[in-house]
Amino acid sequence: MGFPPEIILEAVLNGLLTGAVYGLVALGLTLVYGVLHIINFAHGALLTAAMYAAYVARTALGIDPYVAALPLAGLFFVLGYGVQRLVIGPASQGKDENILLVTLGLSIIVENLMLAIFRSDTRSIDVPYAMEVVEFGPALLSWPRLVGFGATLAVGVALFLLMTRTATGKAIRAVAKERTGAALVGIDVAHIYAVTFGIGTACLAIAAALLLPSFYVSPRVGNAFVLVAFTIVVLGGMGSVVGALVGGLVIGVVESLSGLYLGDSLGQIGIFLIFILVLLVRPTGLFGARA
Amino acid sequence: MLEIRGLEAGYGLTTVLRGVDLSVPAGRIVAVLGANGAGKTTLNMAISGLVKPRAGSITFDGRRIDGLPPPAIAEAGLVHVPEGRKIFPNLTVRENLDLGAYRRARGNRARNMDRVFATFPRLKERARQFAGTLSGGEQQMLAIGRGLMAEPRLLILDEPSLGLSPLLVEEMFALIRRLHDEGLAIMLVEQNVAQSLDLADEAHVLENGAFVLGGAAADVRADPHLQRAYLGL
Repeated sequence: MGFPPEIILEAVLNGLLTGAVYGLVALGLTLVYGVLHIINFAHGALLTAAMYAAYVARTALGIDPYVAALPLAGLFFVLGYGVQRLVIGPASQGKDENILLVTLGLSIIVENLMLAIFRSDTRSIDVPYAMEVVEFGPALLSWPRLVGFGATLAVGVALFLLMTRTATGKAIRAVAKERTGAALVGIDVAHIYAVTFGIGTACLAIAAALLLPSFYVSPRVGNAFVLVAFTIVVLGGMGSVVGALVGGLVIGVVESLSGLYLGDSLGQIGIFLIFILVLLVRPTGLFGARA
Repeated sequence: MLEIRGLEAGYGLTTVLRGVDLSVPAGRIVAVLGANGAGKTTLNMAISGLVKPRAGSITFDGRRIDGLPPPAIAEAGLVHVPEGRKIFPNLTVRENLDLGAYRRARGNRARNMDRVFATFPRLKERARQFAGTLSGGEQQMLAIGRGLMAEPRLLILDEPSLGLSPLLVEEMFALIRRLHDEGLAIMLVEQNVAQSLDLADEAHVLENGAFVLGGAAADVRADPHLQRAYLGL
């Protein structure tokens, strides 16, 4: 099974590039888990909705997905904020098991809404740069993936600055570990929950805009990415933002290499092997806090 | 300054507070004493909005605050330093203090932080350390420092001496006296009866969710029931 080194290098680099966007999807999931302590089962459906939004922006309004990314992030922040503040929060009555059911129900509603509007066809958009490649030494890198990588890094840095430099970011971190103390210093915990959910949803919108040029859209497409994102969250450590990004890169490379060696259809096997290994050997993940 | 009338509160089917009356005048230290399970912490949580009262009224500075959410109560200047400290372990000492001024006194944050560091030089040494790595005594200092960052008009201290060594307990009570000398009204909730009575102007004894005894600290100290039950005399 010897491949020339430049082929392996190319596989690793393309894996890193794809993995970054996986990390972005995982980022929203891990952030919501870290702060609200819930698994958001609607994450995949919201990603699907965001991809359709980017699709409509392109096909009906003629806006390039990369241009639409920031406005969509704003729109989905508001959407996520509203969903948490008006639906998930009030419906949960403070019980975590209710939240699971509410987010699951939400995902069913969103998916079927997409199915009703767009039918079950897989759709894709046509952009001139979809097949463009950039030469990087001996390797050829796909342009859309390169953009995805750069944009994910930018989101990571922006999120880091938000979390460490702003009062809202500090409040988010405070609420994550100590709700009661946070309420007593005057932090509105329900508001911070909704802001966090909104940030997670905004990350999805950006991820959707980055994925669209090279992936098709269908009413259930989000679930495929979220399955990978769950693996990344477990690998990186539940609730760890750095873990989500690093985990995304690792999973991207694993997927790419196992695709190279086992064939495209078996590429995802490597991901689930990692998933099982992590659970066996290091259940807290790479950057996870001890329970 | 703080007036509580006929307060009832509890959790689920359990009633903890059964009609509590209490007033804390401006500039005074009022001690609320009682054993574990008497309802002291529930009283604090009801005052700061963490538990919704079932009956009765809580008035702060002439304004009804019962039923308000915790941020609104903190904003009014009623600052609660909770039992168990409830500091943010994943934030640095400085960030913890920053958040003390999240709702109040934001403009004076730098000045107030200097004052907190002057009061607790240990916190200044550890300003960049994560709060979760502090010792129990230092965490208690941080909890009080975080409370002071909001420029409280009334400070509720819930079991500030809990889990501290005897030497640190002495220091803690000296600090409370100093805060009081600067004019701050304090509601001190303690199991440590003897030392709280030395410090307080007034004291009230809570048993089974109701006050059984109350008045000037000296009178409470002289009460035979208190001496038998709490001081072992």
